[in-house]
Amino acid sequence: MKARVFVTLKNGVLDPQGKAIGHALNGLGFGAVGDVRAGKVIDLELHESNAEKARASVKEMCEKLLANTVIEKYEIELKA
Amino acid sequence: MKSAVVVFPASNCDRDAATALEQMTGSKPHMVWHQEKDLPDVDLVVLPGGFSYGDYLRCGAMASQSAIMRAVKEHAEKGGAVLGICNGFQVLTETHLLPGALMRNADLKFVCRPVGLEVNETQSVYTRKYSHGERVVFPVAHGDGNYFADDETLNRLEGEGRVVFRYAEGDNPNGSARNIAGILNEKRNVLGLMPHPERVVDPLLGGTDGRKLFESLIETLS
Repeated sequence: MKARVFVTLKNGVLDPQGKAIGHALNGLGFGAVGDVRAGKVIDLELHESNAEKARASVKEMCEKLLANTVIEKYEIELKA
Repeated sequence: MKSAVVVFPASNCDRDAATALEQMTGSKPHMVWHQEKDLPDVDLVVLPGGFSYGDYLRCGAMASQSAIMRAVKEHAEKGGAVLGICNGFQVLTETHLLPGALMRNADLKFVCRPVGLEVNETQSVYTRKYSHGERVVFPVAHGDGNYFADDETLNRLEGEGRVVFRYAEGDNPNGSARNIAGILNEKRNVLGLMPHPERVVDPLLGGTDGRKLFESLIETLS
């Protein structure tokens, strides 16, 4: 089973990197671009076939290491 | 005062810290590799500046999972002094020994220069030799020093007198909330700060404003 974890800054936490990307895109002429938020994608291969167990385990990984929950939130996507 | 400096892969201020400690205390600190499980019998543990684990994932995130950090936590829980400087501060927040997080500098630039600080709190083993409101200059050198915590946490830190160092008004180098440069834990034995007091203990290196921090520790812990 594979898991994809999206780690992004919580709403309300200033994202200077996203802001800089937004400015650069505006500078390139993409005037329609408003707020930009940047984040991380982490792909994991899991030796686990039970989706429920896999999700629980990845959630624990997020809480313990993959995300800093003071500033970040995470989403988990599982693929068989 | 007996001290130890933890060395992570890509720590780069560990020897600065060791030199400052030796100069100030007269004895060499123990250098403790991050894979060690136990700390020697010491009064002070320093987590030095640097780029532990190449800042992978988040600054300090990997180091916070090192074997030695379990011993550092125990040392802190028993009331032992732990000083985290720069990357050491990031490690302390990632370990949850200190609240909040250190984010990318607001202008996205690595900042490396002396900054003006205000000693905001002298009721601590780290700052008792300073006077309240004293202005000092310590160098900073970091890309991720933008202190963030929610308003409730910030209010609590201020209310409990745990904001020990603030950047002088107009000299905030990284966008830190409420100009916060250094904070204490609840028990007041753990201090994390972004600026480098260990780099200003010798006039040859451009200043001596950091000496009182070590003198405070020596007076309390010896």
